[in-house]
Amino acid sequence: MQDKIFRTILILSAIIIPIIGGGIIYSLTEDASSAFEEFGFWNFIFSDDWNYTPGKESYGALPFITGTLLTTFLALIFCIPFSLPVALFVGEYFRGTKIATALSTVTDLLAGIPSIIYGLWGFYALRPIFMELEISPQGSGILTAAFVLAIMIVPYAASLSSEFIKMVPSELKEGAYAMGATRAEVIRRVVFPMAGSGVFSAYILAIGRALGETMTVTMLIGNTNQVPDSLTTTGNTMASIIANQFGEADGLKLSSLIAIGLILFLITAIINMIGKILIRRAQHV
Amino acid sequence: MTHDKNLQVRIFKNKMLYLLVCIFSGLTAIPLLAILGEVLIKGWRQLSWTFLTEATPNAYKAMMAMSAGEPVPGGIANGIIGTFLMLIMAAVIAIPVGIFCGICLSEYKGKWFATVVSYLTDLLQGTPSIIIGIITYIWVVVPMKGYSAIAGSVALFIMMLPLIIRSTEETMKILPETLKEAGLALGGSYWRVMLQVMLPSAFGSIFTGILLAISRVIGETAPLMFTALGGAAISWNINRPMAAVPLMIWEFFNDPNLQSLIWGASLFLLTFVLFLNLLAKRIQKKWKV
Repeated sequence: MQDKIFRTILILSAIIIPIIGGGIIYSLTEDASSAFEEFGFWNFIFSDDWNYTPGKESYGALPFITGTLLTTFLALIFCIPFSLPVALFVGEYFRGTKIATALSTVTDLLAGIPSIIYGLWGFYALRPIFMELEISPQGSGILTAAFVLAIMIVPYAASLSSEFIKMVPSELKEGAYAMGATRAEVIRRVVFPMAGSGVFSAYILAIGRALGETMTVTMLIGNTNQVPDSLTTTGNTMASIIANQFGEADGLKLSSLIAIGLILFLITAIINMIGKILIRRAQHV
Repeated sequence: MTHDKNLQVRIFKNKMLYLLVCIFSGLTAIPLLAILGEVLIKGWRQLSWTFLTEATPNAYKAMMAMSAGEPVPGGIANGIIGTFLMLIMAAVIAIPVGIFCGICLSEYKGKWFATVVSYLTDLLQGTPSIIIGIITYIWVVVPMKGYSAIAGSVALFIMMLPLIIRSTEETMKILPETLKEAGLALGGSYWRVMLQVMLPSAFGSIFTGILLAISRVIGETAPLMFTALGGAAISWNINRPMAAVPLMIWEFFNDPNLQSLIWGASLFLLTFVLFLNLLAKRIQKKWKV
């Protein structure tokens, strides 16, 4: 009897997840529908107009979609030269040593810093440097945001890829060493081919994280509603436009912002699902 | 001779890679040190007893103090109270539900139901925090006709839940099956074996997961912006808008009169988050399953 109650409690507490997950999709779709009805789904996505003058209201998501994709892509490029060495350092060169533990503690702590503090640091410490170097006049913009975003995703990419690098069987590596290969060659010819799919999935998940990052980007991107035409211009991402304008929005504008939220949710969901499926595959190799 | 040269190139390449890996790995520590240094140096001067026990000054008071050349009075007590109140409300529900759900996922592993829930947990965990803010706005703020601490804690609850589920599930999966069988063979009923044998054995790892979940959500700003909203006075009323430390940092950032309070608040938040992180690491090491 008590066992039955216990099992029921287990099932009931698990049901809350599908309820929340389904609820998110349902509620976002329902509240976004008036924007999609007004502008049309594809029109909404490909319009670059963001005008909230009463009577001439017109909203399109293109500036924010391009802003999000651009910052994420740049962040990924900036992130690789740091996360890959860290992964090799922890997973291969100094595997299991104290110094590797120290470095992974550093990256764990980096992952723990709240995004608003990254934003503050970027704004007060990094932005003046960008201005000094005359990269962009105000110092803020897509490049600055992507740079800080890159630092934020390094821990995610690095710790997961080092797990996969550690999983490469040492017999294989020893075999290569016995043939006279140097360590660099072992890494290129044995470690990367073996761990490659896992490392790749780690970067997919890092992208998923970068796509939805809100506060840091909002503080650094400059917040202008235009399709960015260069890397140093200001812009807005899907997350940052919501953070900036959701509070005072109503009516059609609110619905448009929720529609942007729905698009962002779907993009991150797809990216994360691809990453998770790849990881599950990589683990079973 | 050519052979030797080839070997030298290979050795050189090998050394270069080693050097590059070490240099770039070392560079990764710089942002951490830079952020800690910046927050510590600028925030240290503000930390005082009154900073932790008094509410935010209003803009006028802050302006007067600034023009008189005095330090801005007041502190972040309203935010500290709000953060902990909302966190406790969220955790009280999220911890049991998350643990039960995690047990369920590991017990019914392989069944279609568990697979679906497991994928959805991943989905929820990857959902951007700003989306959680929007959804809580739709679910709680709109029906309640106003921003409230309840809404804030619902948002934090949704963020914490998948993290706790994942850590419970992972831990329960690696516990030896024999442990459960031994408990059942001794005549323990299923629920007693699960709660009094399996759960205590997994306690260390689950506790680590809970600490990490708390440290993750305590610094979240985006889900609170449209739910708890913030407030300048110390408040215990959970039906009203409430301040939280990360929200206050955002407010200070946007209000030129209060900007001098930013770093003290950041130092408080950062210290707390990093302390929880290090504590979790310690416990994980000690209580390894």
